[in-house]
Amino acid sequence: MTGYYSAYTTVFALAVAGVLVVAGALTVNRLVRPDRKYGGKLSTYECGIDPVGEGWSQTHIRYYLFAFLFVIFDVETLFIFPWAVVLGEAGQAQAFMLGVMLVFLFFVTLTLPYEYKKGVLRWV
Amino acid sequence: MESILTFDSLGFTLAVKLVAVVAFFLLAPLVVGYMEHKVLGDMQSRVGPYEAGIGPVKFGVGQLVADGAKFIQKEDIIPRAADKWVFAAAPAVALVPTLLILVVVPFGPGAWAENLDVGLFFALAASGVTVIGILMAGWASANKYSLMGGLRDAAQLIAYELPLVLAGAAVALQAGSLSLVDIVQAQGSASLLGLPVWFGIPQIAGLALFFVAAMAELNRPPFDMPIADSEIIFGHMTEYTGIRYAMFMLSEYAGMVVLSALAVVLFLGGWYIVPGTTWPYEQLGPAASALLGFGVTMGKIIILAFLMVWARATLPRLREDQLQTMAWMVLIPLALAQIVVVGVLEVVA
Repeated sequence: MTGYYSAYTTVFALAVAGVLVVAGALTVNRLVRPDRKYGGKLSTYECGIDPVGEGWSQTHIRYYLFAFLFVIFDVETLFIFPWAVVLGEAGQAQAFMLGVMLVFLFFVTLTLPYEYKKGVLRWV
Repeated sequence: MESILTFDSLGFTLAVKLVAVVAFFLLAPLVVGYMEHKVLGDMQSRVGPYEAGIGPVKFGVGQLVADGAKFIQKEDIIPRAADKWVFAAAPAVALVPTLLILVVVPFGPGAWAENLDVGLFFALAASGVTVIGILMAGWASANKYSLMGGLRDAAQLIAYELPLVLAGAAVALQAGSLSLVDIVQAQGSASLLGLPVWFGIPQIAGLALFFVAAMAELNRPPFDMPIADSEIIFGHMTEYTGIRYAMFMLSEYAGMVVLSALAVVLFLGGWYIVPGTTWPYEQLGPAASALLGFGVTMGKIIILAFLMVWARATLPRLREDQLQTMAWMVLIPLALAQIVVVGVLEVVA
């Protein structure tokens, strides 16, 4: 159990070290950089001409249906992982476990032709 | 097996591991970046960098060091319209997850920082966080082109993430473990129809999917629509300069190293040299085998990174919706089929 905690201590410490590396680079940058700001330099870049309208403009996210599908499929993917890890040592239950997963994957895959027929797998 | 970076003192062990991982994180992208400079130059009939050197060694080996020194001296410009805190934090959010993946990647027998039980899961989860940094950059820049780039990158995540994770699940199925060290060791004795092979042979589809998905994750051509220069200037990086821009670039090149390393560990036998045998690691001491394993793994990583550069030099850019349609109609069904094939082989053989 101590191995478990020390392993995740390293992960956590590395995250802190990563933030420190970023902070260190920004500090060095702050010490050596010039600082001469004026209007044109701080304006939004649109290839040299003055920006037209606002940056946060309204956008139609055409792939929102894919986003819904993605959330569903991602959860289904999570179900596969625990099954995958234990299948090898399941002994006599192996064939049954494989059969159950095949049924599950059949229904997961069945949704794809349906979505294709409904025309949601293309955005233009 | 214990990591060779383990010592009696816990604090010293932790310090050595952190220094080793951070040093690798900062140095390995320089090697891959230099390789890209030279290979792209050669493929485009020019010489690439050849003047900058480190000491007497020229051939442009110091080019990226010089670039880094330049970036760190540049003025830090945050546009007036930008959402300042989010804009400033975005490069760190994109960079740190890539560093975190390195904690679980095994480079040789004993040459890893930590052997987490859920190493594969951790690596896949951490690799998905980078996109949040890119979305933050795209939104906070208050620039139409940055916003488009950020949204395209989110679309890209929806396309590549499932093939990437499903290909990983198929590997976990064949190895019977999520620990990356166990996955490599399982490949020391893996076989298909009596022939000794690494996982990349029975899972050739999984390897291809993983590699394509990795290129899409890194916004590497032919999947560089989020930063397509001829369409949306430079996507989420349009408003970035100096050291913050350099952090985005570092996260791309470190990502090339990390995802190539994952592909090597999952499919290409990790540190092993010949399929079906663990030769010559039994004959060597712990330090020698760790060093040799590190060299072999790095060699395989460079080969995969070379393939990514080759793709950049030769393939035209896809459209965002083409990637999306390809992912859902080809890559995901293929990944599910791969899981079925591996599962049936596991039960029958």
